Amino acid sequence: MTPAPIRPEPILEVHDIGKSYGSVRALAGVSASVGAGEVLCVLGDNGAGKSTFIKILSGAHQHSEGSLRVFGVERRFAHPREALSLGIATAYQDLAVVPLMPVWRNFFLGSELTRGRGPLRRLDVTGMRATTKNELARMGINLRDVDQPIGTLSGGERQSVAIARAVHFGAKVVILDEPTSALGVKQAGVVLSYIARARDRGLGVVFITHNPHHAYPVGDRFLLLQRGTSMGDFAKSEITIEEMTALMAGGAELEALAHELERA
Amino acid sequence: MTVAVGAGIDERPTRAHPLPTLLRRPEVGALVATLAIFLFFSLSTQAFLTPAGISTWLYSASLFGIMAVAVALLMIGGEFDLSAGAMTGTTGLIVGVVTTQWELNIWFALVLALAVALLIGAGNAWVVMKTGLPSFIVTLAAFFILQGCNLALTKLFTGSVAIQGMGAVPGFDQVKVFFGSSFPFLGMDVKISIVWWIAFTALATWVLLRTRPGNWIFAVGGQVTSSRQVGVPVFKVKLGLFMTTAGAGWLVGMLQLFDVSTVQATTGVGQEFIYIICAVVGGCLLTGGYGSAIGAALGALIYGMTLQGIVFAQWDNNWLKAFLGGMLLLAVLVNLLVRRQSGVRA
Repeated sequence: MTPAPIRPEPILEVHDIGKSYGSVRALAGVSASVGAGEVLCVLGDNGAGKSTFIKILSGAHQHSEGSLRVFGVERRFAHPREALSLGIATAYQDLAVVPLMPVWRNFFLGSELTRGRGPLRRLDVTGMRATTKNELARMGINLRDVDQPIGTLSGGERQSVAIARAVHFGAKVVILDEPTSALGVKQAGVVLSYIARARDRGLGVVFITHNPHHAYPVGDRFLLLQRGTSMGDFAKSEITIEEMTALMAGGAELEALAHELERA
Repeated sequence: MTVAVGAGIDERPTRAHPLPTLLRRPEVGALVATLAIFLFFSLSTQAFLTPAGISTWLYSASLFGIMAVAVALLMIGGEFDLSAGAMTGTTGLIVGVVTTQWELNIWFALVLALAVALLIGAGNAWVVMKTGLPSFIVTLAAFFILQGCNLALTKLFTGSVAIQGMGAVPGFDQVKVFFGSSFPFLGMDVKISIVWWIAFTALATWVLLRTRPGNWIFAVGGQVTSSRQVGVPVFKVKLGLFMTTAGAGWLVGMLQLFDVSTVQATTGVGQEFIYIICAVVGGCLLTGGYGSAIGAALGALIYGMTLQGIVFAQWDNNWLKAFLGGMLLLAVLVNLLVRRQSGVRA
């Protein structure tokens, strides 16, 4: 937990955070933080506690131990809306999109722009189409037609729409839940470049993944989780990709396994 | 396997859409079928294209059309309502019993019937949303309950299975202006229900395509978890949809009651499937999230034209059902094709 020499003020910060479901301790003693223009990668194998961790950050679950601070103020989220109103947006694995609806309707779903009052209150269709097109262009996505169903976009493009949507609605921190796990190498690269773009626009990004090769190129800090506990929060200068891979796989255990496989 | 940032940018051009924009509209298939059936009966029968003929099939279509549009909204929202047909009977019977047997004010009876309908609609929504049971089963139960109550209660209160003496109720003629009147237009005798049908279809289309609740209806039917995650009030939307369908059942109940001054205890039974067929022929997907109010209105127009066209052509009436089944199958196949063509993954 040694902080790097020059770091931006953390936007989102957790200290010794933990969560128990009944008698099961899903997460314990995890500390990490993310500031503006930083990418925090959360790495861990299946069952390491990644989901519990992001559920706490996004407000889906309340933490049972430790503290969570947003802009230095202690918080406890009762609902995802509370996190969202503080600028913490989450793009879930299923991306919260409706496949059959046009891209622009998906972009504004739940926060539609309207004109007029009372019973004449109606959607500002032109405004929403134009904004969607502009916001996507700023993320480097050029769609010919924002009226096409979002389901016709590739996985990487859909991820990028989700990120652009979060940015547009004033997110300060975007939490991305395994955005690259279901994608091929090329598509994963697309998403990574959007993560870099979001970071360059001054957003804090929390990037959850189990792939060190995806995390290392874009990450500034790396939080490694194993069986619900933290194996450390490292700055990029403090760890190499090989060390990270070894740590994640369980170091000594992996060596023993390699040894065993060699003999077999 | 190292991924260099930026190097992986997808250089493929954005896929051109395989369907022209027009064909993406859900109601296109129904429009083509409407024109074909219109031409067919216009050319093959004498009576179809006369003013009297037109007002007859428009009237048939209007009663089915109001319900089909409401059912289409509900289907786009991802739910079914099998109690919609029986509801048209229930509301008519309530007004009939309350006014002819208990001699209460006719306007009060109208409001009471509407309140009961909305309450049943809300009840359907509440059970579906709180239990997570499919609306198909919940409203099937509601359908049987209503069907049974319609018969048993009507017999209990009136001693027969139909309402009689409705025309003698004070104020009947005033209410008839709104629900049972007709006016001359281009040589036709246009029933007021046709006006209600067109107005309701226009309103439903506007709500669906140009308002926030409309956006939410597509969303909750298309992907309910996603809708919840972005803050769409899922329960309220579905509640509103079930209540709208029940309210439409009330409207059609009134339109029938004040047109013919009587109502049978079996009114509406068996029609719930016709509403669904009209909605599907109009382009609604059975899985929700896709469809149109205009399409459903066209579906009802197809039904109305065929219903009367078969009479004008002096064919056996029973062909109607076979035709309806064929249309349904065709519509489902066309919908499937459209969905595949539009290239939606997952």
